[in-house]
Amino acid sequence: MSIAAEAPTPAFPHRHLLGIEGLTREEILSLLDLSEAAAAQSRQVDKKSNVLRGRTLINLFFEASTRTQSSFELAGKRLGADVMNMSIPTSSIKKGETLIDTAVTLNAMRPDLLVVRHHAAGAVELLSQKVDCSVINAGDGSHEHPTQALLDAMTIRRHKGRFEGLTVAICGDIMHSRVARSNILSLNTLGARVRVVAPSTLLGEAVDRLGVEAFTSMRDGLRNADVVMMLRLQRERMVSSLIPSQREYFHFYGLDAEKLAFAKDDAIVMHPGPMNRGVEIDAQTADGPRSVIREQVEMGVAVRMAVLQALARHLPNE
Amino acid sequence: MDTEHEPEAAHRPLRKPLALVNARLIDPASGLDAFGGLLIAGGTIADLGMHITEGSVEGAESLDCGGRTVAPGLIDMMVFCGEPGHEHRETLATASSAAAAGGVTTICCMPNTDPVIDDVALVDFVLRRARDTALVQVHPMAAMTRDLKGEEIAELGLLRDAGAIAFTNGKSSVANAKIMRNVLAYAKDYGALIVHHLEDPALAEGGVMNEGEVATRLGLRGIPTEAETIVLDRDIRLVELTGGRYHAAQISCRASLDVIRSAKARGLPVTCGVSINHLTLNENDIGPYRTFFKMMPPLRTEDDRRAMVEGVASGDIDVIVSAHDPRGAEGKRRPFAEANDGAVGLETLLGAGLRLYHNGEVTLHRLLSALSARPAELLGLSGGRLVKGAPADLVLIDLEMPWTVAREDLRSKSTNTPFDEARFEGRALVTFVAGRPVYHYG
Repeated sequence: MSIAAEAPTPAFPHRHLLGIEGLTREEILSLLDLSEAAAAQSRQVDKKSNVLRGRTLINLFFEASTRTQSSFELAGKRLGADVMNMSIPTSSIKKGETLIDTAVTLNAMRPDLLVVRHHAAGAVELLSQKVDCSVINAGDGSHEHPTQALLDAMTIRRHKGRFEGLTVAICGDIMHSRVARSNILSLNTLGARVRVVAPSTLLGEAVDRLGVEAFTSMRDGLRNADVVMMLRLQRERMVSSLIPSQREYFHFYGLDAEKLAFAKDDAIVMHPGPMNRGVEIDAQTADGPRSVIREQVEMGVAVRMAVLQALARHLPNE
Repeated sequence: MDTEHEPEAAHRPLRKPLALVNARLIDPASGLDAFGGLLIAGGTIADLGMHITEGSVEGAESLDCGGRTVAPGLIDMMVFCGEPGHEHRETLATASSAAAAGGVTTICCMPNTDPVIDDVALVDFVLRRARDTALVQVHPMAAMTRDLKGEEIAELGLLRDAGAIAFTNGKSSVANAKIMRNVLAYAKDYGALIVHHLEDPALAEGGVMNEGEVATRLGLRGIPTEAETIVLDRDIRLVELTGGRYHAAQISCRASLDVIRSAKARGLPVTCGVSINHLTLNENDIGPYRTFFKMMPPLRTEDDRRAMVEGVASGDIDVIVSAHDPRGAEGKRRPFAEANDGAVGLETLLGAGLRLYHNGEVTLHRLLSALSARPAELLGLSGGRLVKGAPADLVLIDLEMPWTVAREDLRSKSTNTPFDEARFEGRALVTFVAGRPVYHYG
């Protein structure tokens, strides 16, 4: 069965999904509604529809990813598309072929939908200028990761039923995080109050100008929060002297029961994965009753189905 | 053989004297701004004044300027040219052709070539190639440290004797304070000018644009202005220690202007330049990752841009450069963080500069001074003046003519201009080098 029959037809006017920036509240909400229908479809025995039958989806990943790539792959397959995965390690790019060369080559294979992850901010947008198909940003450097923000919004709405009046604390490596940027944009657009919590070396310059309140202590940042969103900390941050050690980081910023107690009693705990248990979050909290981390993964597939579907409506039909 | 231009002809004086008549003569160095004529003979300015009119000089041809401005040709202290080693980006021939079209009669080419201009033979090579192929005067700036590595001092004395006009470390700062001290002290013995790029390599590491809100929104690594001021502060202390003549190649922020002002107030031999880009553009122009706006130092905030304009207006900033840096598609059509820095600027230098004049931000004299007289003074060149006996390196400018920049029309081999489709008011109509017209508009 087709989920399009169930869901209200969203008016999603964009050809590409390059970021949350530029999306209106209504557009985001319409994608979330479409995602709900997709989530229902994914919980059926027969999970497959034919909305994208005959369409070709290429997953183009210049940066290694397991969960995002498989999530898009599954989303495409559940909608009936032919899915091809291309992983291009950075080393072969360095051999001379530029991103533009790759884009032109792929375009000649006539894909309908192109999902791209790249290590450089703006790379997906650059690529979108060179191809005829719809492009979805699956993460570009430290810039945006729009489907992650959408799945986070959907998970929040399923638990809290609203965005207005909610306080969301995003904690960790804000400076390097595309997840943080997309979530700040999306949650602000949806009406939530957004806080960021990190040591000053990981907050990023002028982050308060993005419409967030910045904190350097978990106690202050988590106070009365409805949602606690943890970010992954990469090991290389220690090499570049942004933080002194893993244990010091965990002591001050790692989420455990003690720090979670500052948040509201019904606060939910989120993480975009993959988690470093014992670095930014301890195992009990990650697996505890307030954790919605596994649900985020499930909603990831649903959101990506919704996005593929919304963009496919702009594809030529003959 | 290079057949693009007539070899050597560029610098051979015209046989017949030429009178530029019915002109507004501007000599920024003396403050002269008068109606009259100018006589070119033997490649130099033979005479000028009210008495030079059509037919006043026997045997001379005359060119009626129709009341338009005759000024010293522009002297550009920072041009990155691809020769030798990167001829696919730009040659001395193409750079000089672009210069001529922009009213620029003298270019200083930077030593960031392959091989680096850190050897007498390379200086000689550039001068010979320029003589044979270039339309305008070319002066090589040599590397102040071997291979621009900032580790060993280059042969400043020999390089100077070979014709190096000044010394620079190109696009990098000498991080080692001891080397910098020695360069300044040693150069002082030769009266040589040290032109230094300002960027603390550790603080700027990984950065691709100005640090701040725009970089944070774009998810790009920023470069704080302190990367510039820390090096400038240090250098000025070393100037104080050594007495060497020091020129900050390009400043880009208000804080640097303050440092320069205080150094000048203390009477130190310190001067500075700014690029035309930092006078007319800011970080917001990057928009959606437009790599033609990626440069070094990075475009800063609007407040910094205003400070640069104030600095030129007050004379605290001595020199305006194009920072002409040709880059091909292979370097620019990339994700922003991976793209090359740099923008071409020779052909748009005057037009963009005149924006400041038309906006009432900088007087015409101050603008033209920063583009000709001041660089000539710093470099010890006889040009940059409208006086008898000075070289007839001149530009006839229509101050009001509207025109639109079109990338595809640029003469430079690379067309990475941040001014594509910009509307300018005022441009070079005729450019003279050693008395010979090397460019006619239209």
